[in-house]
Amino acid sequence: MISESTKARFAKEVAKYPADQKQSAVMACLSIVQQELGYVSPDSEKLVADYLGMAPMAVHEVTTFYNMYNQRPVGKYKLNVCTNLPCQLRDGVSTLQYLEKKLGISMGETTADGLFTLQQSECLGACADSPVMLVNDRSMCSFMTPEKLDQLVDGLRAAGDK
Amino acid sequence: MTAQHILSQFRATGVQTCFHDRHINPQIFADLNGANWRLKDYEARGGYQALRKVLGIGGGEPMTQDQVIATVKESALRGRGGAGFPTGLKWSFMPRQFPGQKYLVCNSDEGEPGTCKDRDIMEFNPHIVIEGMAIAAYAMGITVGYNYIHGEIFSTYQRFEEALEEARAAGLLGNNILGSNFSFQLHAAHGFGAYICGEETALLESLEGKKGQPRFKPPFPASFGLYGKPTTINNTETFAAVPWIIRNGGQAYLECGKPNNGGTKIFSISGDVEMPGNFEVPMGTSFAKLLELAGGVRAGRQLKAVIPGGSSSPILPASIIMDCTMDYDSIAKAGSMLGSGAVIVLDDSRCMVKSLQRLSYFYMHESCGQCTPCREGTGWLSRVVDRIENGHGRPADMDLLDSVAEDIQGRTICALGDAAAMPVRAMIKHFRPEFEYHVAHKTCMVPAYV
Repeated sequence: MISESTKARFAKEVAKYPADQKQSAVMACLSIVQQELGYVSPDSEKLVADYLGMAPMAVHEVTTFYNMYNQRPVGKYKLNVCTNLPCQLRDGVSTLQYLEKKLGISMGETTADGLFTLQQSECLGACADSPVMLVNDRSMCSFMTPEKLDQLVDGLRAAGDK
Repeated sequence: MTAQHILSQFRATGVQTCFHDRHINPQIFADLNGANWRLKDYEARGGYQALRKVLGIGGGEPMTQDQVIATVKESALRGRGGAGFPTGLKWSFMPRQFPGQKYLVCNSDEGEPGTCKDRDIMEFNPHIVIEGMAIAAYAMGITVGYNYIHGEIFSTYQRFEEALEEARAAGLLGNNILGSNFSFQLHAAHGFGAYICGEETALLESLEGKKGQPRFKPPFPASFGLYGKPTTINNTETFAAVPWIIRNGGQAYLECGKPNNGGTKIFSISGDVEMPGNFEVPMGTSFAKLLELAGGVRAGRQLKAVIPGGSSSPILPASIIMDCTMDYDSIAKAGSMLGSGAVIVLDDSRCMVKSLQRLSYFYMHESCGQCTPCREGTGWLSRVVDRIENGHGRPADMDLLDSVAEDIQGRTICALGDAAAMPVRAMIKHFRPEFEYHVAHKTCMVPAYV
């Protein structure tokens, strides 16, 4: 079931495209699903496929092709740290390592309390802000010194469900 | 504090990258401060005057489509996304009398490592892109456009959506713009993490709701583009240059730069400089001046090499780049490409093998898998550079890398194959002794860095 509020968000995306090209909204719809549910499950793919009149496999192709879709549940906060060359030259890798140590996990893993997933990412398009990380696909965090990383992680831990 | 509040503290303000007094005669970044991105601020800076001029609103005859295109041709504006193709010429390829729907697409899928200019344009001056697109649409008789924005800069996508709402409410987009008989609907779309979608036909596939695998060309988008209809695609910065050209004339824009390389260009400078950021300067500014604007090489170190136009462009040693001016022709003559204007600076503490290792991994990761030479070849490149870096290299590996790169180059549907091959070949050409040292001694010639 897609909730009415989600349907309204879908409809806003579909309205951008010609009436016979609803499929164009699939990227946006999947990102909305991910924002609301944390990941894109096969069931969600099916619902989006039905809504847009697509084959479920065509939706699955999109989910699996683009790096930012989570195909399985992730932590409450997904931290993507850029380590591409411009960031590598400005502490991107040490930022990732600092978070690995602080969170007690390796990149690609999720903390036992389910709060944080840590990932290495490719170019976020904010090279002059390095070190940079993207939190939950939507919040870019720039110039992340160890002090700021502490502030971010400790703050999010304290925020709990707020 | 809520999570959202915590995260918002770390949002970039643009102070370091955009609002500094180290631009030279800026047009796109002139008078920005981060707070003045809204429609009323843009209009106070002279915004939408070019669109009014084109439409003949407020005195004067409307410009004809041919006049707009001729002005852009005269300006020598060249595509800012990387290819440097003359914009006016591209616009003239559009079949203006085509009876069906035509589309205009802005390529804001800025993912070329080193590039972060389009983000600042859309974040801090979004209406300049909207105005540029509206003028382009008018010139080519197009009524529907999309701006496809890099998924990772989601807040910028939201900012652009807000600007679109403002423009629609003010009658600057939509039906009968400013009471004229010109209509243009413009929408924003976003990617979700695929470098390849910066390639224009992959972007079109993605806009159609598919995986972003490039199309074979020809047919080119001007005849078979979005939904199979004639489509023109330009980069964000290219559109952003258009209002100034219309207001001030093609000749004036050309004179800002140098012959065949009109106007100003925004360079994103990253890596080993004191002050990384975006710098808008006239085309043809010397590299030495640009480096000085970015505060020089970090910590007083010596310049070793520069990747002048995004990660795909061949690296140039200090001795060559220091003699270059920053424009398409000068950088091409030096054996590289101006590309997107993303300047990645490496100082003398950097190991070239380690630097190439990261880039080669990137291209392997981002190959869409469609063409065998690229899908398999990028894996070979990455694994061989890996083993050299990790002390398992073999004496023949440099020739092997060169031969694999040669076998990719020119043998794929899109330019990603070339983009993976060129950095490898340039690194070996200019820094072969470093690779040989790695193989022979199983360690770096220069101190390790992380």
